[in-house]
Amino acid sequence: MVQASSVEIRGVNKFYGPFQALKDIDMSIAPGKVTCLIGPSGSGKSTLLRCINFLEEYDSGEVRIDGQLIGYEAPGRKMSARKLRAMRRSIGMVFQQFNLWPHMTAIQNVTEGLVRVRGMKKPEAEARAAEALNKVGLGDKMGNHPSRLSGGQQQRVAIARAIAMEPRLMLFDEPTSALDPELVGEVLTVMKTLAAEGMTMVVVTHEMGFAAHVADQVAFMEKGELVGMDIPDRILHQPEDPRIQGFLRSYHERNSF
Amino acid sequence: MFSIPTFLDSFGPLFWAARYTLLVSGLGIALGLVIGALICAARLSGVAFLRTFAALWVSFLRGVPLLVQLLLVYFLLPVIGIDVPALVAAVVTVGICASAYISEIWRGAIGALPRGQTEAARAIGMGPGDVWTRIVLPQAVTMSLPALINELILLVKASSLVSVVGIMEITRASQAQAATTFRPMEVYLAAACIYLMINLCLAALGRYLEHRMAV
Ligand SMILES: Nc1ncnc2c1ncn2[C@@H]1O[C@H](COP(=O)(O)OP(=O)(O)OP(=O)(O)O)[C@@H](O)[C@H]1O
Ligand SMILES: [Mg+2]
Repeated sequence: MVQASSVEIRGVNKFYGPFQALKDIDMSIAPGKVTCLIGPSGSGKSTLLRCINFLEEYDSGEVRIDGQLIGYEAPGRKMSARKLRAMRRSIGMVFQQFNLWPHMTAIQNVTEGLVRVRGMKKPEAEARAAEALNKVGLGDKMGNHPSRLSGGQQQRVAIARAIAMEPRLMLFDEPTSALDPELVGEVLTVMKTLAAEGMTMVVVTHEMGFAAHVADQVAFMEKGELVGMDIPDRILHQPEDPRIQGFLRSYHERNSF
Repeated sequence: MFSIPTFLDSFGPLFWAARYTLLVSGLGIALGLVIGALICAARLSGVAFLRTFAALWVSFLRGVPLLVQLLLVYFLLPVIGIDVPALVAAVVTVGICASAYISEIWRGAIGALPRGQTEAARAIGMGPGDVWTRIVLPQAVTMSLPALINELILLVKASSLVSVVGIMEITRASQAQAATTFRPMEVYLAAACIYLMINLCLAALGRYLEHRMAV
């Protein structure tokens, strides 16, 4: 079992110029829970996810990890870069485009953070990285550069890169959207394992199956607003809000044949 | 009539003169790489004054012909009381001129890196120093290699311009040779062959590097 973080989001607003991308978002995520963010394109899912590790700077409101405010010392006063980095060490992030470093092999991608950020000695980091890569089923591909890996394998390396840092919270931004359909399963399997181990996870996804079966709660966003958040069944099968109903209807139309 | 013996005899002295061509372009590119890196850093820095300085540096040096720059330096230095050998002045001028193009090559390479590359590094808590030295620069340098080789080829050709400040490189040597032999066509053809040989070697080096970096 991993030591898992809680996330508390209170009244978060985010503006791009005059455009408001997040409108007064409130969200509570208990330790060890899996939260899926769904909603139409441009609704602010990625923006909200990226506010959680402050890759995106929110303008007002609070995001707290285990009670500690991230990005700001106090409302309106920025946190030092060093403190922010310390907080990010325990937050893993997985991107839609994998974002592996192409000039490094799979295992170098994983050891990089261990050596540079955690200050580990190289042999120790390599042992840890090998362990993480084995866990995602890539023990035999450690010496490959990303260009010599399939999309699914690249995404699993990216997950290994994150979990090797022993995060207490994992953020996933559409981790399977760039993958060919037959490669989605291998990545979701790894994510399910993580969830079963008690990792706190926030997952932006269009995989409704994953949301239905793995998530503890599903949040639906539209136009920068959090429209509803509940257990998967209530959002996915008996939504009351017409906006969620409309979204799911078009989702089913697209995915039926 | 084309005199083959004169043509062949020209190669000896011109090869000897090629050492200046290689010296000026080699040291020029080395200096250009160093200054180019600094200018690029200034251009990307958060300090407005440095950014403006770098932008002016680049636009002046790219906007004024190298030949004019060489003449300016050559005639300006004595006036302000600086007495350096013509060769030093030439190398420095060529290097400074190259720095403008090289800084733009690097800026382009850095700008071409997908945002996700640095975001992935920042997301695991990597500091700016490591992000630059471990993630950005290795990729930017590799990406810029073909353009840098191209710049070096341009410099080899541009080095013919330093003949105006009296340096006996290939072009100036062939002018002298042509004047004494009264056989300009043979001599300049030999000079053309030497330039071509140098640059074909550099192009081959470029292809080799490009092939190696395509992992
Ligand atoms: N850097 C930016 N500058 C300006 N507007 C932005 C920026 N980033 C995002 N936006 C806008 O904010 C809104 C929310 O974007 P976001 O990427 O969070 O949507 P999303 O729900 O993740 O969509 P998708 O499913 O397409 O990934 C969009 O309208 C987008 O155009
Ligand atoms: Mg998105």
